[in-house]
Amino acid sequence: MAKRSKHDVNRRKFLKGAAVGAAAGAAALAAGPSSVAAEPKRAVPPAMSPAAEVEVPSVAEVLTADRTGSDYMVDVIKSLGFEYVCANPGSSFRGIHESIINYGGNKSPEFITCCHEESSVAMAHGYYKIEGKPLAVLAHGTVGVQHAAMAIYNAYCDRVPVYVILGNIIDETKRAPGVEWFHSVQDAAAIVRDFTKWDDLPISLEHFAESAVRAYKVAMTPPTLPVVLVADGDLQETPIPSGLKIHIPKLAPAMPPVADSAAVNEVAKLLVAAENPVLVVDRTARTSVGLSCLVDLAEAFQCSVVDESGRMNFPSRHPLNQSDRARQAIAEADVVLGLDVADFYGITHTYRDQIERTSRATTKPNAKLITISADDLYVKSNYQDFQRYSEVDIAIAADSEATLPSLTEAVKRLTTDDRKRAFQDRGARLKATHLQALERSRDAAAFAWDASPISTARLSMELWSQIQDQDWSLVGATTFVNKWPQRLWNFDKHYQYIGTAGGYGVGYNMPAAVGAALANRKYGRLTVNIQCDGDLMYAPGVLWTAAHHKIPLLTVMHNNRAYHQEVMQVQIMADRHSRGIANCGIGTTITGPDISYAKLAESMGMHGEGPISDPKDLGPAIKRALEVVKGGEPALVDVVTQPR
Amino acid sequence: MSWVGYTVGASGKRSQIAAITVGTFLLSLAGLIFAPPIARAQQSSDAPPTGNAQNGKKLFMSDGCYECHGREGQGATQTGAVRIGPPQLSFEGFQAYVRAPKNQMPPYTSKALPDQDLADIYAFLKSIPQPPKGKDIPLLNK
Repeated sequence: MAKRSKHDVNRRKFLKGAAVGAAAGAAALAAGPSSVAAEPKRAVPPAMSPAAEVEVPSVAEVLTADRTGSDYMVDVIKSLGFEYVCANPGSSFRGIHESIINYGGNKSPEFITCCHEESSVAMAHGYYKIEGKPLAVLAHGTVGVQHAAMAIYNAYCDRVPVYVILGNIIDETKRAPGVEWFHSVQDAAAIVRDFTKWDDLPISLEHFAESAVRAYKVAMTPPTLPVVLVADGDLQETPIPSGLKIHIPKLAPAMPPVADSAAVNEVAKLLVAAENPVLVVDRTARTSVGLSCLVDLAEAFQCSVVDESGRMNFPSRHPLNQSDRARQAIAEADVVLGLDVADFYGITHTYRDQIERTSRATTKPNAKLITISADDLYVKSNYQDFQRYSEVDIAIAADSEATLPSLTEAVKRLTTDDRKRAFQDRGARLKATHLQALERSRDAAAFAWDASPISTARLSMELWSQIQDQDWSLVGATTFVNKWPQRLWNFDKHYQYIGTAGGYGVGYNMPAAVGAALANRKYGRLTVNIQCDGDLMYAPGVLWTAAHHKIPLLTVMHNNRAYHQEVMQVQIMADRHSRGIANCGIGTTITGPDISYAKLAESMGMHGEGPISDPKDLGPAIKRALEVVKGGEPALVDVVTQPR
Repeated sequence: MSWVGYTVGASGKRSQIAAITVGTFLLSLAGLIFAPPIARAQQSSDAPPTGNAQNGKKLFMSDGCYECHGREGQGATQTGAVRIGPPQLSFEGFQAYVRAPKNQMPPYTSKALPDQDLADIYAFLKSIPQPPKGKDIPLLNK
């Protein structure tokens, strides 16, 4: 970020009244206080000019202050319990920055140095999904939030409450010429207002406090979403009179919205009566309690569970987990209940991408479709993350995790002895199909087992074999490695998976993994990340952040040397035109030269190894890297892989 | 022979990523088995060309089959591409599907992929040995 101009002496209202008279004259005084405050700029030489060095100052300036508004802002920030604040430094929030590291002792929050605002926000994104509370982000109100916008959009699509504070100088008479004008804006939050839940521009410290607490509450109330607070530069740097006490409002978190009891009863009746009910879960379990509540519900009536993996919702090896035969389970269902599913239409329909795009329902015509989702409580128009409209039989606008206990209780209350026996039989059948699916996945993983480049199944299992006995947390998305971990590993804890970017904005995964690892650090968890090469190259500086702040994280590269999804997209077009695919690598591959991710990691101060293309070499390399991570530092193993 | 899955799951707006595509696998297999009758009839009138596996391996890469199916034809749930190495279908069924796929796979016309090239690719896929069962690989049973 560009730094503040040095030519801004007297930017603030630091002059004593006595200084004004001689310099400004009677005309300025008559014009009112705002004119008076600005006028003395002409009377005092620029701070670094030769004249300033040799002349005796003609006025008695106040050049220091014990406390300024930024100290109070930090008091407010501390009251909200932020552990960290992620930021790339910027002069529009220099007051808050300095107050955090000195006045606040650089603790709660601790300043985390980031190399890009997109990394700052994505770190906050990953952190929340482990810790369950926001991490603050500081950014310039102009160039900073423009960098951050993509990551804020990802968080919005993923229903993650990122707390962003933007520096800005509202009063143009307080801006230094040049850079500060480029870095000032009328409405700093406007650029992200379409994909944030709430924002405000406080004009007093009391206003800042109320809005800061309100922003936290709004962000954390389901649907949890990003918020933006603008911290005016002048407000940050204005001295606070000695002894002045300003109230900080108490945070009273809003209880998440629970479904109406009559609606819950109606759903429970349908679930109990169903022969093949299916629970589809996605962003369902926000907490570890959510995971255990979901298990309670599924076991209460022994239903199929299809996990879309937006969060770690349901144990992967639970016998009721039918995710590996999702399509079949949904096609056989007479009741499908979606619990905070991002795309319920997509899970109940097929879609075909040929010249004529078509879709069709995959559920039985008489199947009852039900959704419980906080998304029904909040929707915006411009960005189309809400997906295609689902024609369901019952739609309940509520938080699904908060509704699970009452739904489970209703199911148990309505279950007769006859139904209990039917549930037991169904549970036995589902256990068998679960084991068959696991067997099929193992057989499928055996194909290309010894291939070079290394198969994604082999990569996943080499990693699993070395972490399975640890307290581990997988914080990278598994989408591009065929979800092998969910198919073959044993996930049973809430923090063992955190889903994907939400908005499929590339560049999320690496910083989100670092943020998640930061959250895991105090628990002593072994954090691992399977990392796509194209994603890492968006903002690789986050590797330095991990090394600098000693954030232990093992990153294993899924290096297919391409933006592979786009290789296939261009190939579809070339095939459609019968032009051959010889040119489809243009603009889509990352070769010539091949990037050395191990050297990249080493250049950022962390252990790096690779590229590894022989599967026999992978296990030992992971073992060496794990030793580094267990010592409290990040490490990266570059693995040249099959495309998917 | 490359195709991108769009079917089940949270589909990405930019890349239309299918998260779970086991069902697609089954549908695709059905598409292969129940290939269009016209295509089958056309093929049955001609003897299938003899394939060159070595050339087929090169074509498998240069024609982009590996992009979705993997370099050894192992398939990938993320792309929705079924396992084709070794192929589970006759050459006739294989060819019929490639020319007129029923699901997500883009069509490969004879202009883009001549019959002889397709036969070579098929020969390469046939040359890929069956792997051991998953239960016989210790690392897969952790």
